[in-house]
Amino acid sequence: MMKRVLAILPLLGVVVLVQLVTSWTGTQFYLTQMTMAAYYSLLIIGLCVLMGYAGQISLGHAGFFAIGGYLSAALTTQNLMAHQEDGVVRLLDAAGLLLAGHDLYGAEFLVVSPWLAAIIAVMVAAIIAVLIGIPVLKLKGHYLAMATLGFGIIIYRLVLASSWFGEADGISGVPPFVLLPGLVVSGESAGRVQNYYIAWGVLLLGLFLLLNLIHSRVGRALRAIHGSEEAADAMGVNVSRFKLQTFVLSAVFAAIAGVLLTHFNGGIGPSEAGVMKSVRYVAIVAVGGMAHLWGALIMGVLLNFLSLRGVFGSYDDAVFGLILILIMLFAPNGILSILARKKTQRVLPDSAEG
Amino acid sequence: MALLEIEKLHRNFGGLQAVSDVSFQVESGQIKAVIGPNGAGKTTLFNLISGALAPSSGTVRFRDREIQGRQPHEIAVRGMARTYQNIKMFSGMTALENVMVGCHIQGKAGFLASMLHAPWTWPEEKAIRRQSMELLELLEITDCAHIEATSLAFGQQRAVELGRALAMKPSLLLLDEPAAGLNIYETAEVGRLITRIRDLGVTVLLVEHDMSLVMDISDEIVVLCYGQKIAEDLPAAIQQNPEVIKIYLGE
Repeated sequence: MMKRVLAILPLLGVVVLVQLVTSWTGTQFYLTQMTMAAYYSLLIIGLCVLMGYAGQISLGHAGFFAIGGYLSAALTTQNLMAHQEDGVVRLLDAAGLLLAGHDLYGAEFLVVSPWLAAIIAVMVAAIIAVLIGIPVLKLKGHYLAMATLGFGIIIYRLVLASSWFGEADGISGVPPFVLLPGLVVSGESAGRVQNYYIAWGVLLLGLFLLLNLIHSRVGRALRAIHGSEEAADAMGVNVSRFKLQTFVLSAVFAAIAGVLLTHFNGGIGPSEAGVMKSVRYVAIVAVGGMAHLWGALIMGVLLNFLSLRGVFGSYDDAVFGLILILIMLFAPNGILSILARKKTQRVLPDSAEG
Repeated sequence: MALLEIEKLHRNFGGLQAVSDVSFQVESGQIKAVIGPNGAGKTTLFNLISGALAPSSGTVRFRDREIQGRQPHEIAVRGMARTYQNIKMFSGMTALENVMVGCHIQGKAGFLASMLHAPWTWPEEKAIRRQSMELLELLEITDCAHIEATSLAFGQQRAVELGRALAMKPSLLLLDEPAAGLNIYETAEVGRLITRIRDLGVTVLLVEHDMSLVMDISDEIVVLCYGQKIAEDLPAAIQQNPEVIKIYLGE
């Protein structure tokens, strides 16, 4: 485990360095996109374990992100003042699970506290992942891709059609999320540095957990399933259960990313649930090298940051489509594999002598 | 009580009777071979025993329990291991990691414990690593431990596959053509290895085309032809069996 901690330390150094450089050069506005990119990357490293290690594709992960984001947004913006006397609301209030205050215009509001909303949102995402995963993970290859795509489309159309989710406008006015006293997820510019560190803290924690996972008994079983499902099964690996658990795990990562980014942005819109978002996540995992958590993380941060800065302009989605094509054609094992190939070519002659 | 009892096993694919009415037993401590011409149904028989296929009818009893129609991983937990004709290495994993997957059923660490690297999983992980290294030593492929398994020579891959199966500490080991693709020296080596595995207390059931190997190491031989058992006897008797000779040499 120390190895994993030590491996993450340099990255932590870079994170701190980026923050210091932006504050010296007065370019702290970059931190906003770095924060958002970190949350998207949390989803991407979860998807990386599903795709690269368990060998299952999902074209519906924006759906899980949206379930997390939309549910916590809806719950924390739905004013319960009118239902103040209802038994459930009073019970929640007594348990300290509601948040009271005044909105911009001075009107009183009473909403579900972000913590409770987040827990509900993530649990719902996990339950939906189980319900979707049981039938769908029996499928392979293209069929699995199609089925998860179908799921993504359903979620997208649901949030677009439902007034509870704000239809085409989405949900805005999502309150800040007080993680711990003094530690608040919100988009206020005063909290920019703090939020940058929260997002990166969550991402690095997620990376640490997943690195532990893939270097464990479970990780070996997942890679074995990827290598040969039949042989893994014959070795006592409960293939369908491991696939399902990985699917749920990646859905939970996506939902947590959705919850936190929604509080950071103060809202969420239907484009977050869009199919193009799912395609983008898959493209980024592919660029990173499928079975390569570090690659997924680096590419996730880099490409999302560029996209959020508007570097790709209105060709944004087209760029990610192009990336997917180019990667499949020229570097199916990811960008980093090109570098790795050069390295092995240099190593081979030496080892051949020995 | 025999370790493995197969009774009236049938399997058809559409109209084709791949295995029909096959019955035999494997006693504990035996090396038993299944031979027969191509398409005799040997691999199908293996798939029926290991759970990769469900039989159309008939029973498979393993360690006094009916296992037909069970999932392969459930049968594996009961102590049955197998290898494949076309070695199914876990690509992207080293030889050592391949063998460590074989130790899967010994471990308990789940998703949460693994992600948290919980202290109680450390001894388990250590034991798995140690045992796997010991198996690589037994198979004399310690040098290959940290090399990606799919890039090893064919003979070494066979050894890794065997190590993977032995790591499961099986009471019954099914070997599907363990000498396929090996030269005569390597084949002889595999023969010695199988005998050694039997001496370690593992019962062996193998499918093999190499007659000299089969005659050398088997205690008993079952002959299949077109899905049916046509003979079951000691090696010497099988060699004299006119029906078997007819199948192999033609009339």
